[in-house]
Order: sequence, then structure tokens, then C-alpha cells
Amino acid sequence: MKLELRGITKRFGSFTANDSIDLVVEPGEIHALLGENGAGKSTLMNTLYGLYAPEEGEILIDDRPVAFSGPGDAVSAGIGMVHQHFMLVPVFTVAESVALGYEPTKSGALLDLGEARRKVTEISARFGFHIDPDAVIEDLPVGAQQRVEIIKALSRDAKILILDEPTAVLTPQETDELIEIMRQLKAGGTSIVFITHKLREVRAIADGITVIRRGKVVGEASPESSESELAGLMVGRDVHLTTDKTDADPGEATFSVRGLTVVDKSESVVVSDVSLDVRRGEILAIAGVDGNGQSELAEAIVGLVEPRSGTISLDGDDLAGLSVKERLRKGIGFVPEDRSTDGVIASFTISENMILDLYDQPPYAKGLSLQPAVVRSEAEEKVSEFDIRLTSIDDPISTLSGGNQQKVVLSRELGRPLRLLVASQPTRGLDVGSIEFVHKRIIAERDSGTPCVIVSTELDEVFNIADRIAVMYRGRIVGVVPADTPRDVLGLMMAGVPEDEALARVEDGSAATEISAAEEDPA
Amino acid sequence: MSTSTETHILTTPGGGPTLRSPIDWKFPIVYGVLALVTLLLFGLFGGTGGKSTTFSFAAGTDLFGIPPLTVSAMATTVAVGIVLVAMAAVATWLAVKREKIGIWFPILFGVLFLFAFLTWAGAGNGHIPLTPLLAGALALSVPLIFGAMCGLVGERSGVINIAIEGQLLAGAFLAAVVASAVKNPYAGLIAAPFAGALVAVVLSFFAIRYWVDQIIIGVVLNVLVVGVTSFLFSTVLTQNPELWNARQALPVIPIPLLGDIPVLGPVLFRQSILVYIMYVVVAVLYVALFHSKWGLRTRAIGEHPKAADTVGIPVNRNRVINVLIAGAIAGLGGAFFTVGSGLAFGKEMSAGQGFIALAAMILGKWNPLGAVFAALLFGFARNLGNTLSTMGTPVPGDLLLMLPYIVTIFAVAGFVGRVRAPAANGKAYAKQ
Amino acid sequence: MTEKTATGQPVPAAPEDAAAPEAPRPTVLRDILSGSWMVSVLSIFVGLLVGAVLVAAADTSVQATLGYFFSRPADFFVSVWRTVSEAYLALFRGAVFDWEAQSFVRAVRPFTESLVASVPLILAGLGIALGFRSGLFNIGGQGQVILGAIFAGFIGYWLTLPLGLHMLVAIAAGIVGGAIWGGIAGALKARTGANEVIVTIMLNSIAGYLIAYLLKQEWFRQSGSANPQSRAVDESAALFPLLPDPFRLNAGFLVAVVATVFVWWLLERSTLGFEFRAVGENPDAARTAGISVGRVTFVVMMIAGALAGLAGAAQVLGTEQKLTMGIGGSLGFDAITVALLGRSRPVGTFLAGLLFGAFKAGGYTMQAQTGTPIDIILVVQSVIVLLIAAPPLVRGIFRLPAPVGKGAR
Repeated sequence: MKLELRGITKRFGSFTANDSIDLVVEPGEIHALLGENGAGKSTLMNTLYGLYAPEEGEILIDDRPVAFSGPGDAVSAGIGMVHQHFMLVPVFTVAESVALGYEPTKSGALLDLGEARRKVTEISARFGFHIDPDAVIEDLPVGAQQRVEIIKALSRDAKILILDEPTAVLTPQETDELIEIMRQLKAGGTSIVFITHKLREVRAIADGITVIRRGKVVGEASPESSESELAGLMVGRDVHLTTDKTDADPGEATFSVRGLTVVDKSESVVVSDVSLDVRRGEILAIAGVDGNGQSELAEAIVGLVEPRSGTISLDGDDLAGLSVKERLRKGIGFVPEDRSTDGVIASFTISENMILDLYDQPPYAKGLSLQPAVVRSEAEEKVSEFDIRLTSIDDPISTLSGGNQQKVVLSRELGRPLRLLVASQPTRGLDVGSIEFVHKRIIAERDSGTPCVIVSTELDEVFNIADRIAVMYRGRIVGVVPADTPRDVLGLMMAGVPEDEALARVEDGSAATEISAAEEDPA
Repeated sequence: MSTSTETHILTTPGGGPTLRSPIDWKFPIVYGVLALVTLLLFGLFGGTGGKSTTFSFAAGTDLFGIPPLTVSAMATTVAVGIVLVAMAAVATWLAVKREKIGIWFPILFGVLFLFAFLTWAGAGNGHIPLTPLLAGALALSVPLIFGAMCGLVGERSGVINIAIEGQLLAGAFLAAVVASAVKNPYAGLIAAPFAGALVAVVLSFFAIRYWVDQIIIGVVLNVLVVGVTSFLFSTVLTQNPELWNARQALPVIPIPLLGDIPVLGPVLFRQSILVYIMYVVVAVLYVALFHSKWGLRTRAIGEHPKAADTVGIPVNRNRVINVLIAGAIAGLGGAFFTVGSGLAFGKEMSAGQGFIALAAMILGKWNPLGAVFAALLFGFARNLGNTLSTMGTPVPGDLLLMLPYIVTIFAVAGFVGRVRAPAANGKAYAKQ
Repeated sequence: MTEKTATGQPVPAAPEDAAAPEAPRPTVLRDILSGSWMVSVLSIFVGLLVGAVLVAAADTSVQATLGYFFSRPADFFVSVWRTVSEAYLALFRGAVFDWEAQSFVRAVRPFTESLVASVPLILAGLGIALGFRSGLFNIGGQGQVILGAIFAGFIGYWLTLPLGLHMLVAIAAGIVGGAIWGGIAGALKARTGANEVIVTIMLNSIAGYLIAYLLKQEWFRQSGSANPQSRAVDESAALFPLLPDPFRLNAGFLVAVVATVFVWWLLERSTLGFEFRAVGENPDAARTAGISVGRVTFVVMMIAGALAGLAGAAQVLGTEQKLTMGIGGSLGFDAITVALLGRSRPVGTFLAGLLFGAFKAGGYTMQAQTGTPIDIILVVQSVIVLLIAAPPLVRGIFRLPAPVGKGAR
């Protein structure tokens, strides 16, 4: 089945998310839709899937124009979609999930789950998915949930499968498995639209590539294009993310973690026996694929989660049992991973957000009384120091751009003497200019002698600011390596391969994962 | 590396460390306290020495009678107390071993505890009439069960309904008025669902169309229904009670054979049609919720509406339909207060039953059968309170009447099993 | 901010708003027309209108004119007008100023009666509003009022203390009683995550049975009467009158004013209030900033309960002077409507309390003089609050412009 989009335009109010986009997917092709976060990829696919109605443009299937008023129309036209955030009801079984919306029935209105089970078993067997139709979704690992989504689409005879950022939540192995699945699907005649911002995956699997930036198609590319060519198209200028910094001049180790184990609500171990030392005046980056325990490690350091065992000490003091507030008072600065959820309060004013964790400290408070005048004047100062672009400090912070919001968070966390900085994904979702600013401020904090722990899933960021790199995989520290460790060694370590073995494998060129194999192609 | 982890981490042969979850002390504590209460308060220091308790089963028309059972109060309560202490010990042992206990355990424990309690309460006070006790319990449960089914259908679809109380009251009102005007109780029964559904229309209009917080609308709707029904009662109904508010009672329709089973027969099968409808509603809802297309979709829009939307299920339309169905069910339940009991309408006659229905739904973990069980328990506690206070037992009726509410608080606080509401409960759904 | 608590959704772009922009109007006018207080005023108007329809519909003389509506329609409208205007004028005379009264004292007494009726509404309403601002649905005002009344009343007639001191101790007891009842819900939510809506509803019923039980115990009621009511509170514990007889206005009103100022300071100017609002708006960010969400939940529910308890104390020590089964009335639920109409702001809640207090006081006069049952007030109140909660609906009814900026994302 051939799919063609012509001149698709989708606006949200005054914001144009998709601007006259053209896209052609040939039958049996794996077509990558490449673009940065916020470039409009997901909007385009939601339009294609009938979730949004486009303002202009048309969709053609096998050269015939179609109109979708809802996902149901798209599905009956043979389009299946695997959303980035899975559309699965956590308490349903696999069979129920597959049945939902297209329920097989027997004797009138009663559900025929046996039929759904048969379908799951059949498709699962055809592609070797190993999915039990009676398993409950929330008990399945992420990779298996994704396969349930694929089964859902295939059970409705999808000829075109849209995969929206499918690898964002996967480990390297799971990614390899997915790539294998995509190849099988392609062999079976299914066309695939593969949405991603990860260059290596694109080059490993795609037959054709369309790059979009700020809602517009900026170019077509072949999988043979080099990474920097693709990146250039995607970002719009040469990406040389390097912030000037001098070598670290580390002092003694003032922050240390010993044998830290964290258990989540479902009693599975998310941080496993982690030990780390961070010295004054150095940045330790914690690298790893999302969901390997980095976030929980950071949260445990700040006291947001209580570890099951192990110790955390700062300047010789044990932090065990201290509340978040007490830890912040001890001089820990914390930049949370999810800015809009944890970092700021959207409806609070900018000046209120600047004192979110300092509101009960002098000079902002006298006893129980807030000092609004002081809050305002301090806020004005920080606005100029951190170059925050705003209309008034009395506006809700939700009126600011992501980059400026993050500057507010930084101005709050770096605006006081620190003995430790913990930042999780400090530049996620920011534009290049803001990224540079954030990196500079973090390096400046390091230079003033603060030990810094930066969690990042972006290798570019890790290489840009780290003095040492700790790689986490499945809750464990795979190894702590110097900042000049080769990229593919880090890649292997992120897949759980120990440092020595990774080094050895890279040296004799037998790197195991496809991702790193693709990377070794001379570009 | 010096760590304190050895005590907690056991390395399994498979590889990674597994941690033992902390012991859950809640159940052992609850069982232990109840067992000790039985042994000491009801038994050894219950002041029942030498007295005896009689349980009677007769309801007059049984096919064959069961003779009354007389037991020695103290001996019985102490004996049961010892058994309960033993059961509590078993529960503790299993908790330490982190093993689960079957559902039979709390039921058996509860029945024994209740038996000891009744023996103690009835000691020297004539006999405990078991059949009327159960029959009264079922009667008091009828509006609760209807109300709980209403709440359940709404919340399973993601709409919290605090207005069950108002829907019951509206149903009671319209049933009384229509039955009186037409001079036929069945006409009232047909009208009642419309009153409940009307309240549901307002609820869904504000909750689903205007995204007003569902708890707020529920609370306000209750006030509105009280206001409207009380106002009309004080004006129209009082001006001409013969026309608008004359008593009409649904007749009792005994079911042949089934109605003659001892104890259970008169309790379950010598009832009005409203009670039989209730059996059907519960059975149909149970099957529909877990084994029908409607049920699958209903649960989906209550748990993850966006997932339902992506497979082409119109979330808000389904929610409106379900809220209306639910309202009709509650309205029907309200008819119990008037035509179901042969009473005229009175101001605020639902008297908080809608809130107990809500409690029953939660205690029943959003499952029709569980909710029925909880509603029966509440009805039983209430009837027991009434019965015991007329018998002149040492139990203060008011305190006994608090029990359902206290149990519910314990339940939502997680002391009585894990209670998990539908994930999208109370959240308005909007397409981008 | 309040918009969020009232509608539960931070995105107020409800359907009606989307189609609003037409010809541009002058900005000032537009601000007035789209402003929240305009919505409040219009909601009150619609509420009274709905009440009028019901009053007219239930009136026998109006019903009679309907019988020959097509021959003499004017009769119908005259009759409707007469019935409705009589009822609402009686309401006004009972609530604000009675120009038909014989003496000046009697003419102005209605206004003071409205103030008397507003005291418990304001106090309990403040408690509910505080909860809303902190993201908590405290449906338990009813139980907290009853507990406050039980504590304050019992101390009021059981203890013997000097004048003044006795009153203060009794008031404090009321505060403690309400705080305990609110605190239970807060502690359970903080420790176990128990939904405060359910817990407070259950606590309401428990409080109802508790007072029923206590008023049957002679050690508690000390009245020797067969009725379930207590002995009258001592003179030394009663809230002192602010005006001479026949006015009933007492120090309770001062308590309400002080409480309003206190809650304003607490929410807007104190570090504690900063925590409350932060938790109410975004508990995750509050937690990350080191604010203990559990502690805030507990403290807010305690203070909210204390305010409701204060309302119960004002009832038993001021207006009623003794404990009865109906001491709580429907205050807990009325308070929710007061807080909603006041948009969870302290001053707004104060004003809303005054309005609903006036409705209540006027309602009695209306019932006595025109036979219109006071239950109509419940209808008017609930319609007002329903509309307040859905501003787009009110703007839709009156074709008002949508607010600029705030509505759009």
C-alpha cells in the first residue's frame, strides 16, 4: 500500500505545527521521519491517524484521496499506529487490549475473548513475539508492551504501521529486537513510518528519510547520508556542541554514595548497590538509556525516594533519614528532570517560582511572614544575572519559553552557595542557545569548587560537560570511565557490557549491537 | 565496601539481588484486636455468666421449621474467642512468612465474630430473631445496592458521582408523586428512573461538557435536589396530599417453592418486584461489565480514555450514556423509599443512604458483587443496631450505626486490602 | 488559580470560549464583562430567576390563572409578578431592611440577623476554601462543625470559669474539636493516601451518630430533659452581644472578621500559605522543593477543621446557646457553596457568606410572611454555585466575550 501526504497544514491557534508537509511512503518501505523534539513529527502522524483534522492538504492511499474523521477511519483504511506513550489500559489483559474497539462478540453482546486470544497467539507466533494473551499489561516489560501495540495494529490488518519514537523507552537490546521485527514486517509487505530523532537508528534501518524542522519538510535523505549531514538538516546549522571549558581541577571527594539500593513501588530493584565518589570541582556525568535507574539515583540523593539500603554522605555527614528540605539546606542544589512537573509551578508567578525552595529562608521570610518586597527585588536581580527574557516577574511562569523557565530553575538552584549540584536532564527540550547557557553555568559552578552530578541520556551532552562518566545499566553502575572514552565503548557499556570487554570488543571491531555496527560505517 | 545491605539483600541463584518486602502487619493487628475483644469483652468479662442466648429461625410459613437454638452465652463466646485468637495467630504466622490468605479466612472470621457478638448482645434478652434480622437487613440494603450500582457504572467510566444521594431522593420523590397521581405503584416504579436520569443529565452536562469538577457538581446537585423536592413537598404536595402524595405500596410477590426455603426463602424470595429487579440489575451488570463489549469499553474509558479514543471509541458520548444509565438505576433505587416501602414522600427521606452506597461501592472495590456484599453488610449493621436497641441490649445503637462508616474509612486507608479506583476516575477527557 | 479548583482542569478553554471572539470591544468594558465577578453577579441573577420560576409554578393562584391563560393571559403575568415580587420583597425585608416595620430597631434588625446567619457560613466556608486552595476536597465541614459544637458546648456548660476566660476556653475547645476531626482525614490522607473526599463524607456521618449518642447520655447533656439536647451554656461562656436586645448579633461576627483576615494573611503572606498553595497547584514540584506534602495535607485539614469547629462553637455559644441534634444544620454543605461562590478567596468567601446568610435570614421572613418555603433558598444557592463553576456557560447564556489571554494556551 502506498501512502502519500500532500500539503498537510495543521495549526493550533496561532502556532503552525505542520506547514504544508509532503511525504511519500512506498509499499513495503521503511520510511524514517526525522526531526528534533517539537519539530512537528507527532502532530503529523496524529493527523494521519485521524486524531487531528488538518486545516489544509490531503491524504492519499494508493493514489486515492481519503478523509479520516477519527482513528476508526484510519484503521479501516489500513493504518496502524504505535504511540510513543502506549495506548494500553494497564489493568487489561493482552487479549482485552487487542479486542478493545474491535470486539469480537458471540451470541449477541457478549465478548468473545477466545477469539482475541487466538489472534494474539497467532500473530505472536508468526513474528516470534512470545506474548501470553492472558498476561496483564502492567506486569509486562516495556518492550513487550510495545509488541502488544504492534499486535493490536496487525490484528486490524494494518498495511502501514506508524511507530512514534519507538526506541525512546527501549534498552539497546530491545531496540535491536525491534529493528529485527521491523525487518520482518517489511518482508511481509507492511510499510512502516518510523518517527525518531536518533540518527544511528535511522541509518541502520530506514529505506528513505524525510527530515522536518519547525513543522516544515527541510529535505529528503538517503540512509547513506552521514550523521552530520542528517544532524545538520535536522537542527538547521552545524552541530558542534562544545562549550569551552578548562580541565577540571578536582579537590578531595566530598560527596560519596555507598551500596545504594532503591526499590520502587512494585518492589523491583531500580538502583542496585551503587557506589560513587564525586570530588570538589568536577562534573560526574551519569550516562545511560532512559529508565536504567539514573532518575531514581538522583532522587535518592536529594531524598525524594528513601533507599532500601546504603549510605549517602556529603562533607562527611550522613544524609540518611534527612528530609528533602534538610538536604537542600545542607547545600544541595537540584535541577529536576521533568521541569514542568517537578521544577516549576505553572500558575505561580516567576518571582514565586524563584523562591520555591527558599521561601522560608531569610531574607525572603521573617518568621512566618513572607517579605514580598525582598522577593521582588531579588527576583529582578536574578532576571538580569541569568538573562531571563520576560515581561514582568509577576506573570505566571507558564508564559515563559522552556529555556527561560529552565533559567528560572537554575537561578534558584545556583543562586545560593552549594556543596553539591545534582541536575537531571538539565537541557531536555531546550533550544541550542539555552543548552549552551545551561552548560556554561554548570561548568562555572564546577569551577567554583562544587561537586556536580549530571544525569543525561544525551551522549553529546555527556561528552560536552563531563570530567568523568559513570554508565548505568539496569540500576547498576557498569563502570566509571574518563571523559575521553570512545563513543562506541560508551554505547556498549550502556548496553551492559563491562568496561574492559567493551574496550576489547571495540578494538577488534566486533561490537555486538547493530547500533554501534551502523555507527562504524565510514560516513 | 562496608555496607549494611547484607541483612536485606538475598542473592538469588538467577543473578540480581531480590529484596524481601516488609511484613504487612495490618491484618494480624486487626484480627488480633477483634479476637481479643471477643475473648475478653464478649467472653470472660462480658457479664454474661449463667445467661443464655436463643436464636430463632422461624418465619411462620416455612415448609418445615427449624427449632430455636439456645446456647450458654459465656461458654460460647469464650469458645469462639479462643478459636478467633487461634485464627489471628495463624494470620500472623502467614504474614511473617509473607503468604497470602484466601478470601474464606476473613469471611469465616467475620461470621464467627458476629456470632459471638450476637450471643453476647442477646444474652438474657429473649431471643435473637434471625430471619427478620436478615430480612430487614436486605430491605435496608435495597437502596444501597441500587445506589452502589449507580456509582459503580459512573466511576468505572471515569465519572465520580457524589450525587447518588440526590438521585435516590429524586427517584423517591417522583415515584411517590406519579404513583399517587395515577393511583398505581407500578407507575411510580416506571417514573423513578427518569428522575435519577434527570439528575444525571445535569451531572454529565456540567462534568463532561463544561469540565466542572465532578465532586463539586455532585455536592451541589445533592443540595439542589433537596431544595427542589423539599420545596415542592412543602407547596404542591402539602396543598393536595390526596392527589400528589398518597401512599402506594408495591405488593409482595412470593416466588413459589423458592419462597418456602427456610430462613433464606422469606428473606430473598418473598419480596416486591423492586427487589427482584435488583437481583436482575446486579446480575446483568456483573456479566455486562466483565464479559460484554459495553463492559470492556466502559472499563477502558474509566482507566485510560485516550487509549479508548485511539481505537475509535467516543469517550465522552459513552460516558454520558453510562452516567444516564447509572442515574436511572439510582432513581429506581430511590423508589424503594416510597412505593417500595409503602410510604408517602417526606423531606430528605434518603437520609444519607447515597453516601453509604458510595462507601459500599468503594468497599466492594468497584465490583458489582463486592459492592452488593458491602451493601448487605451495611444494611445488616444498621438493622442489627435497630433490633438490638429495641431489645434493650447493652449495645448503644448509635455507635453500632457508625460501624459501616468506620469500616469504610479503614478500607480507603488501606487496612482492608488494596482499594484501587479506576485510573481516570474524576478526570474530564478532552481531545486536543 | 481558583478557576482550577473550581473546574478541576487547568485548561479553561471549554467549548463555549472558542467561538467567542466577535467584534472587538473597548478593553475596559471587555475586562468588566468577561471578569469573574461579572460571572458571579450574573450567576446570582440566574439563580434568583430559577427560584422565581419555581415559586410561581408552585403558587395556587398562578396555577389558577393558567386554567384560563388563553382567554386572559394578562391575569397570569400579573399573578406571577405578584407572587414572585411578594416573595422576593419579603426576602429582602427579612435580610436587609424592613421598611414596613413599626420602629427603627425592627427595621434594621433584619440586617443584623443576616450577619448572625452569615457567621457560621463564613467560618466554615473559610475552612473549605483553605482546603480548595491547597488541593484538598474537604467535604467534611459538616462533621467538623458538629465536633466543634460538641467540644465548645460541653466546655461551655460543664466547666466553671470566670467570665471571658470561660468563653475563650470554650472557643478554643471548639477549635480543637474541629481540628481533630479534620486532622483525622488529613493524617489518613498523608499517611496512607486515603481519599479525603470519602473519608470526610464518612466522618460526617460518624459525627452525626456521635452527637446523637452523646445527647442520650446524661453525663454529657446534663439537662435532665427527655429530649436529646444539652443544658444551656453558662453565661460566662456565651459569646457576648454586640448590640442590646432585641438584636442577636454577638461576638461571633468579630470572630468571623478576624478569621477572614487571618486566612488572608495565612494564604497570601505567610510561608505556611506559600507551602499550601504550592501543594495545591503542583504537589510534585512542591515535594521536589522540599515541602512535605503530607505535613501540608495534615496541617491544612487541621486548620480547615479548626475553622469549621469555630463555626460550630459560634453556633452553640452564640446563636443556639445549647447543643441539639440539629446544631450543625446543613452548614457543612452550605459552606462548600459559600467557598465556591467566593472562589476560594478569603474576602470572596466572606462576601459570599454574607450573601447566603442574608438569604437564610430573609428566607425565614419570606416563609413566615408569604408562605414560600425556605427550601427555595437551597435551590437558588445551588443554581448559583453550579453556574459559578462553569463560567463559559454563563458567558454563553449572556453572550459575553471570553477573557483574553488567560483562556488561550
